[in-house]
Amino acid sequence: MKRKHKRLLFVVVGMAALGIAAGLIVSAFDENLVFFFSPTELQGKALNPDQRIRIGGLVEEGSLAKETDGVTFRFRVTDLTTAQTVNYKGLLPDLFREGQGVVAEGKMRTDGVFEAEEVLAKHDENYMPREVADALKKSGQWKGQIEAGQ
Amino acid sequence: MSAELGNYALILALVMAIAQGILPLVGAARRNDNLMALAAPTVIGQFVFISMAFACLMYAYVVSDFSVMNVAANSHSDKPLLYKFTAVWGNHEGSMVLWVWILSVYGLAVAAFGRNLPPALKARALSIQGLISVGFLLFSIGTSNPFERLDPAPINGNDLNPLLQDPGLAFHPPLLYFGYVGLSMPFSFAIAALIEGRVDPAWARWVRPWTLVSWMALTAGITLGSWWAYYELGWGGFWFWDPVENASFMPWLMATALLHSALVAEKRDALKSWTVLLAILAFSLSLLGTFLVRSGVLTSVHSFASDPARGAYILGFLIFVGGGSLALYAWRAPSLKAGGTFKPISREGALLFNNLLLVVGCATVFVGELYPIVLDAINGAKVSVGPPFYEKTFVPLMAPLLLVAAAGPMLAWKRADWPGVVQRLRLAFVALAAVIALVYALHGGPIGPAIGLGIAAWLFTGAAVEFADRIKLFRAPMRESLTRLAGLPRSAFGTTLAHMGMAVLVVGSVAGTAWRTETIAVMRPGDQAELAGYTVILNTIGESKGPNYTAQIAEMRLERDGELRDLMYPEKRFYPVQGTQTTEAAIRTTWFADFYIALGDPDEASGGIGVRLYHNPFVPWIWIGASMLVLGGGFSLSDRRLRVGAPARRRVAKTQAVSASESSNA
Repeated sequence: MKRKHKRLLFVVVGMAALGIAAGLIVSAFDENLVFFFSPTELQGKALNPDQRIRIGGLVEEGSLAKETDGVTFRFRVTDLTTAQTVNYKGLLPDLFREGQGVVAEGKMRTDGVFEAEEVLAKHDENYMPREVADALKKSGQWKGQIEAGQ
Repeated sequence: MSAELGNYALILALVMAIAQGILPLVGAARRNDNLMALAAPTVIGQFVFISMAFACLMYAYVVSDFSVMNVAANSHSDKPLLYKFTAVWGNHEGSMVLWVWILSVYGLAVAAFGRNLPPALKARALSIQGLISVGFLLFSIGTSNPFERLDPAPINGNDLNPLLQDPGLAFHPPLLYFGYVGLSMPFSFAIAALIEGRVDPAWARWVRPWTLVSWMALTAGITLGSWWAYYELGWGGFWFWDPVENASFMPWLMATALLHSALVAEKRDALKSWTVLLAILAFSLSLLGTFLVRSGVLTSVHSFASDPARGAYILGFLIFVGGGSLALYAWRAPSLKAGGTFKPISREGALLFNNLLLVVGCATVFVGELYPIVLDAINGAKVSVGPPFYEKTFVPLMAPLLLVAAAGPMLAWKRADWPGVVQRLRLAFVALAAVIALVYALHGGPIGPAIGLGIAAWLFTGAAVEFADRIKLFRAPMRESLTRLAGLPRSAFGTTLAHMGMAVLVVGSVAGTAWRTETIAVMRPGDQAELAGYTVILNTIGESKGPNYTAQIAEMRLERDGELRDLMYPEKRFYPVQGTQTTEAAIRTTWFADFYIALGDPDEASGGIGVRLYHNPFVPWIWIGASMLVLGGGFSLSDRRLRVGAPARRRVAKTQAVSASESSNA
C-alpha cells in the first residue's frame, strides 16, 4: 500500500469514526439533555411528564416535612419569588438545609408537584450551585449570598 | 515569619523558572553550550525554592498559624495532625503550590536521568518546562497567593471541609497532579522536537517512560478519587460522569492513546507527527481540566472557590499553550519525515485503531462536558448532561476498542497474517459467546450488560492466550515454558497485565452499574430490612466522640439464611466547627460484591434512623482491575529496554568516535 493510500485510508476511517460518534451524540442529546429551570420559569410551562429536568433554588424555611414512612420528604424550593413543591423519597444529602441552595433532578407530575429522583446539595456549604445563584439573580432576589458566604 | 519566607521562596522560584524558560532555549538555538548547561542549575534552584515554599506553608499549617489567611480558612487547631498536613493541598491556593512543586520534581528528574539525551533536545525540553512553570508560578503568586496574611488573626480557624478529612485526601490529589503535571513532559519533548523538526525512535523511547509514569499516576489518582467518593459520599456509586471526573478522564484517555502511539513511533518509526499531536492534546486537556475545576464554571463536587480572575488567567494560559503549540504543530509537523509503512491489518494498524477510538471517545466526553457551558454562554439556557448521555455515546465506542485490544498484541508488525490471528482467538470467541449466553440466560433483560461482560471475557481470554502462546504453555515441555517465561521482556508482562486489568475493570463497572440494588428504610433497634438475599438487623445506635467531631454509630447485623455474616458499623459524623455532617458508610467487601450501608438522618417521629442499603455486585473488581492497570504500567516501566535505551545509543556514539579516530589515524 502506498503512503498516499495509507493516509487516505486513515482519513476515511477517522472520518467514519467521527461520523459515528457525531451520530451517537446527536441521538443521545435528543433524549438526555436535562434542562434546568427556576421555580418562576417553571410556572405555566407545559412539560412532558416523562421529561427529566432539574430545578433549583433555596429550600424554603420551614417547608421541610416528612411523611410517616420516614423516608419520603416534601419541601419547597424557592427563588424568593415563586416556590415549587418537591416530593422526594430517599435520604437527603448531608448538606441539605432549610435556607440553603439545592438542586433537584426529576420529573414534573401532572398534579404540579415535582417528583425528585435526586437531590443535590452543594458539598461545600459556602458556595451555592451556580444555577441557583443565577436563578436568584434572575428573580431579582440576589443579595450576594455567595459573597457573604465567602 | 514562615509565610514571608515562603512567599519570598516562591518569587525566587519564579526568577529561576524565567531563567530556565529562556536561557537554555536561546542556547540551543545559538548552539551555545554554556547557556544550554544553565538548564540543570536553574531546575535544581527552582526545585529547592518551591520545596522551601511548600515546607513553609506546611509549617504554617502544622503550628496552626491563623494569621495566614489560607490556614485560617482551611484548618483548625483541634484537627488531627494528618489532616493538618493534607489540608495544605485541600484548597485551591495550597494545591497550586503542590502543582508547581510536582512540575519541578519532573524537571529535576529530566536533569538527573537525562544525561544521555541529546543536549539540545534536553535544553529545549527543560526550557519548555520552565515556561510552563512560569505560567503557574505567576498564577499562584498573582491570583492565589497561599501566604497572604490576615490581620487581625482569628483565634481559631474555619476548619477543613469535613468531607476532605479523610486519608483519601493524602493520596488522591497528589497522585492526580503527578499525572496531570507528568503530561507536561511528553508535551515539552513534543514542542522541543517540533522546534528541532526531528522525531526519531530515540525521542519516542524518551517520551514513553514519562507518559507511562504520568498515565500510572493518573490511573491511580482517578481510581482513588472514585473509591473515595464511593465510600465517603454515601451514594453507593463509583462514577457519576461528574464534570470534574470527566476533566480528569479526558487527559487519561489521551495519555492512554499516547502510550500506544509512542510504541509505534519507537518500534516502527511511524505515526510520529500523530504522536506529537497527541502529546500536545493530552497536556492541553489536562490544562483544560485545571481551568474547568478552578474557574467555577462547573457545578460540581470539587469546584474550588470561584474567582473570575483565576478563571480568566487559566483560560488565557490554556489558549496560549494549546493554541500556540497547535500553531507550531501546523507549521512544523509537515517537516517531520514519515517513517515505516504498514498494512491496515498489522500491529501498527491495531494501535492506530486504538488511538482513533480513544480520541473519538474523548471527543464525545468533551462534547458532553462543554456543551452545557457553551449553551449557557450563548443563550443562558441551563442544561446538564448526565450518565445516560455517556452511556449512549462513549460506552458503545469502547466496545470495538476492547475487541481489538485482544487481537492487537497477536498481530505482527507491518503486515499480519489475520487468518492465523482469528484462529488464535478461537478460545476468546468461545468465551465471548458463552458469557453473553450465560449472562442473558441468568439475568435476561437488556442485552447491554451481557455484551459488556462478554467483551470483558473476550479481552481477558485473548490476553491470556497471547501470553500463553509467547511462552508456549502446554505446547512445549514445562521446562521450556519456564525458561521462556523468565526470558520475556517485562513490557510483555505489562501489556498482558494491563489488558487483563482492563477486562476486570469492565466487569466491575458494567455489572456494578447494571445490577446494583438498593433500598431505603427507617429502622429502630430490632428492625430488619432485606436486600439481595441478605437480612440486615439494626442492633443498637450509639454515640461516639472523635477529636473534632461527634458521631452516631449504628451496629448492624448482616445475615444470610439466618446465619451471621458480619457486624457492620456505619457512622454519621457531625463537625461542629463547620456545622456539617458526613456519612461514613460501612462496606463489607467480598470477591463478588460489596454490601454497603449508609446512615441518614434520625427520624424523630418514630425514634428510628434513616438507612440506605446497597448491594453492588462486582464493584471490588473495579479497584482490582485498576490496580492491575497500574501494576502493568509498572512492569513496562521497569523494562530494561526502556531504562537502558539511551546508554545503548551512547555506546554507538563512542564506537563511531573510535572508528572516526581510527579512520583519521589511517
